[in-house]
Amino acid sequence: MVEHTLHSIGQYLPEIVILATLCVIIVADLFIKSERHTTGWIMLAGLLLAGYFTILQSGRSESVFYDMVAVDPFAVFFKSVLILAGLFVVFFSMKSLELENYKSRIGEYYMLLAGMMLGMLMMVGSTNLLLMFLALEITSISSYVLVGFTKKSLRSSESSMKYIIYGAVSSGVMLYGISLLVGVTSATDIYAINKALVAGVDQTLILNIAVLMIIVGLGFKIAIVPFHFWAPDVYEGAPITIAALLAVASKIAAFGMMIRFFSVTFIDSAGFSAAGVWSAIDGIHWDILLGGMAALAMIVGNLTALRQDNIKRMLAYSSIAHAGYILMGLVILTSEGLTAILIYLFIYLFMNLGAFYVAMLFMNKAGTESIEEYKGLGFRAPLAGVALTIFLVSLTGLPPTGGLVAKLYIFGAAISAGWIWLVVIAGITTVISLFYYIRVVRNMFFFKPEDDAPELTFDLTSKLILFALLIPTLLLGIYFAPLLEFAKSSMSMIGF
Amino acid sequence: MELQFFGIGILTWIVFIPIAGMIIVLLLPDKNRNAIRWTAVIATGIQVILAGVIFAVFDRTKLGINDAESFQFIEKFSWITVEAVPWVGRIEISYFLGIDGLSVLMIILTSLISFIGVISSWSIDKMVKGYYALYLLLVTGMMGVFVALDFFLFFIFWEIMLLPMYFLIGLWGGPRREYAAIKFFLYTFVGGILMLLTMLALYFSVAYTDPATGQSVHTFNILHMMNPANYVDGGLLSGVDTTWRYVAWMALFINFAIKIPLFPFHTWLPDAHVEAPTPISVILAGVLLKLGTYGLLRINFPIFPDGTIYFMYFMAILGMISIIYGAFCAMAQDDFKKLIAYSSISHMGIVVLGIAALNTQGMVGGVLQMFNHGIITAVLFLAVGVLYDRTHKRGLNDFGGIANQMPKYTGLAMIGMFAALGLPGLNGFVSELFSFLGAFEAYKWITIISVTGIIITAGYILWTIQRVFLGKTPEKLNNLTDLTPRELLMFIPLIVLIIFLGIYPSPAIELMNSSLSYLVEVVTNGGF
Repeated sequence: MVEHTLHSIGQYLPEIVILATLCVIIVADLFIKSERHTTGWIMLAGLLLAGYFTILQSGRSESVFYDMVAVDPFAVFFKSVLILAGLFVVFFSMKSLELENYKSRIGEYYMLLAGMMLGMLMMVGSTNLLLMFLALEITSISSYVLVGFTKKSLRSSESSMKYIIYGAVSSGVMLYGISLLVGVTSATDIYAINKALVAGVDQTLILNIAVLMIIVGLGFKIAIVPFHFWAPDVYEGAPITIAALLAVASKIAAFGMMIRFFSVTFIDSAGFSAAGVWSAIDGIHWDILLGGMAALAMIVGNLTALRQDNIKRMLAYSSIAHAGYILMGLVILTSEGLTAILIYLFIYLFMNLGAFYVAMLFMNKAGTESIEEYKGLGFRAPLAGVALTIFLVSLTGLPPTGGLVAKLYIFGAAISAGWIWLVVIAGITTVISLFYYIRVVRNMFFFKPEDDAPELTFDLTSKLILFALLIPTLLLGIYFAPLLEFAKSSMSMIGF
Repeated sequence: MELQFFGIGILTWIVFIPIAGMIIVLLLPDKNRNAIRWTAVIATGIQVILAGVIFAVFDRTKLGINDAESFQFIEKFSWITVEAVPWVGRIEISYFLGIDGLSVLMIILTSLISFIGVISSWSIDKMVKGYYALYLLLVTGMMGVFVALDFFLFFIFWEIMLLPMYFLIGLWGGPRREYAAIKFFLYTFVGGILMLLTMLALYFSVAYTDPATGQSVHTFNILHMMNPANYVDGGLLSGVDTTWRYVAWMALFINFAIKIPLFPFHTWLPDAHVEAPTPISVILAGVLLKLGTYGLLRINFPIFPDGTIYFMYFMAILGMISIIYGAFCAMAQDDFKKLIAYSSISHMGIVVLGIAALNTQGMVGGVLQMFNHGIITAVLFLAVGVLYDRTHKRGLNDFGGIANQMPKYTGLAMIGMFAALGLPGLNGFVSELFSFLGAFEAYKWITIISVTGIIITAGYILWTIQRVFLGKTPEKLNNLTDLTPRELLMFIPLIVLIIFLGIYPSPAIELMNSSLSYLVEVVTNGGF
């Protein structure tokens, strides 16, 4: 028993490192007040170390802490992607002018960031409903505070409040659902639940309600329609670094957890091909339900984004739409669809973070988040303007950018599974999305800047960060075989 | 046949030379405008030379179309190959280039028009660097579409043209350029998404057996998609004459029809043409529109022979409507550029009518018409550009008596206009004749109605000549200078081709005759 625990601890190093980082940041914050970036660098070091341990885990596939946590290629994929996103967000934070005003409290910021990272890393590895919920809450509670971090800004406090209320309600609903599910199957780890479900349970009604409730909680986290109402307000009010983190990392983590939960819990791996993937829980047509949610997210997200003027709100709606595209893969719930999700998330990381980053640079230098006021910015800051164009074009899904590859695989998976109507909706909404993405580009380049408007210059590190996001976005559009292999080899999940 | 320079195949050179030029342009300093312009001249000039080499060594007897062996200058490398996994099978995307009789003429056209476009761009002096960088990227996209034999590659080249075109119209265009640019972008993007979905459906329906390993491989290879034997059992697009195949045919057709543009998908074209700067109008009418008909011939016809035969009347009728409607609209215009834009719709209708006939005559006529129309409209748009540079006017009623002022210009422009009218002895006549002859065999009444379009065309062209070149010169226009040497340089090659191909079209017809006859055979035999 002790041996197993010790062994398990050895398999839990990435999470432990982040936890340690969290503690170190608290202590460091007490003693070092002068240099602003110290805690940031500590966070960075912690993430790198956690990344290193994550890479060491690659190829392993075992269940540790008595089936509480899985260390499998699937978890490793998500952990690496999350750590990558975390690294970028730390870099963003160091460059953010918004956070500059809160210098004295910046230690708290990184501490909470570490807390959120910890929660997200736990989310993608947990295989026990209790631990899953715990991880989700760690993430959520840290992010509630982070959203309201710029406390002198009314918008920020307001959005934090909204986020807490929405979050608390949906967590409550989800917890209720979990308790029902545990009650029906008398198990808390997802393998045992799967066994119980495959064997058959009597209370189908309660089971269906339980799953619905869990979908509510997860749907809130990935901001899928109709649980998306918080997203635009929160993104708009939050510091832009945190908005980026919510739009990318927390979404990725929630998808990771969702995929594991659905595919391990509900798929009868023995009768996999025969009875259809959703056979373990009959009653509601789960695929149609999720497909409808995906379609709604694509439609609502893209249509509402058309009318936004604040770039953060626009990106919020766009990320709702993207959640819809990604959810298509889960609707199919075949390995093909799930692989497509992995590919999509990886590319989404670069292009969406990139869009947020340029928005932040513009906020820093030009002091505006309004797309209307972006007029002429392309000439005042050519590099950032071109970069934002590429990120937005990628979000649209045009070649030669990664966004095309992401859409290609998710659409392809849906077509091969026969979900033609869903793909058609996805296609139509993609065309709609072009309109609002390109509006930003139009404002940047089709208008002359005012004569006295100064050119915007960025320091070298800002440019390097930009290139670190830009190059993968372009490269993945041209050569994506390694990503394909990576995603495919990451699809091996314990119990799937 | 293979032809390599420094170990790299000629088609790669001809496609990517402009990209090399683009990189050099981007590295040159903003101020050094002439160096930027000369870089573009050299890049597109090399393309013209390479196209000349291709013309010289192209084997006129080889068939191509669906037979990989008889394509020429083939380059094939595996681009993305992902090994087999139980649920997907092996995935293959390849860098697969090659040309046959269908594409060779388009390559010559593209290189020539691109080169002339660069010369005509000399008068652009706003943001020169950005202009040429985007221009060269656009040229790569166009050239790439004509040589790609892998659907994914085809798609990438196809879509890569959108963004440069959007900026070229939107940044260097006329007063309503923004509207025109986004309209162009949205229209073509709708088509692009339809093509993407159809491409994916085809991909999952087609799998060939790799002779080396015996594995079943899903592929984007267009030639494999043409072979009915490669369709997997139960695939969405497997079988013959199924509803899904018709839907897929229609999706692709709409994509290509938007580009052609065929009635009722044409409304973006007049806006785009009117707002675009002259060289971009030249490219747009000269090459971009041909991508649509080329796509029909390269993809729709051989991959979906059943759909093509099922919808052949539909195509012919749309062609007919475009011919008549385009001609009438052209007649109603006061704006010189709009007039040419609508005449393009009318003339591209002839192409569609010709190829919809599904016989060799019509097909040859159609493809030749693609080439000829490219040359002729280029001349016409250049002619408008010359006038516009001098007077900043495009209204047909603003001019008069130009013939007295600019005799050289008038002579050359009138040759272009007569060619558009279909005067015997000039190239337009030959291809229109062939198209109508072919179409007449297949659709008697449709063709008879369509031919009346020629009369309307004669009407608006003669009326235009009268309004612009003849009559009294308005007071304000008394000091127009005739063509400069640079302007002469861009007209003369095109005019020479117009006259030469009008008298002796065989060199062009020989290039494509065998391939197109074979294409007709493939379609009528249902893909074998």
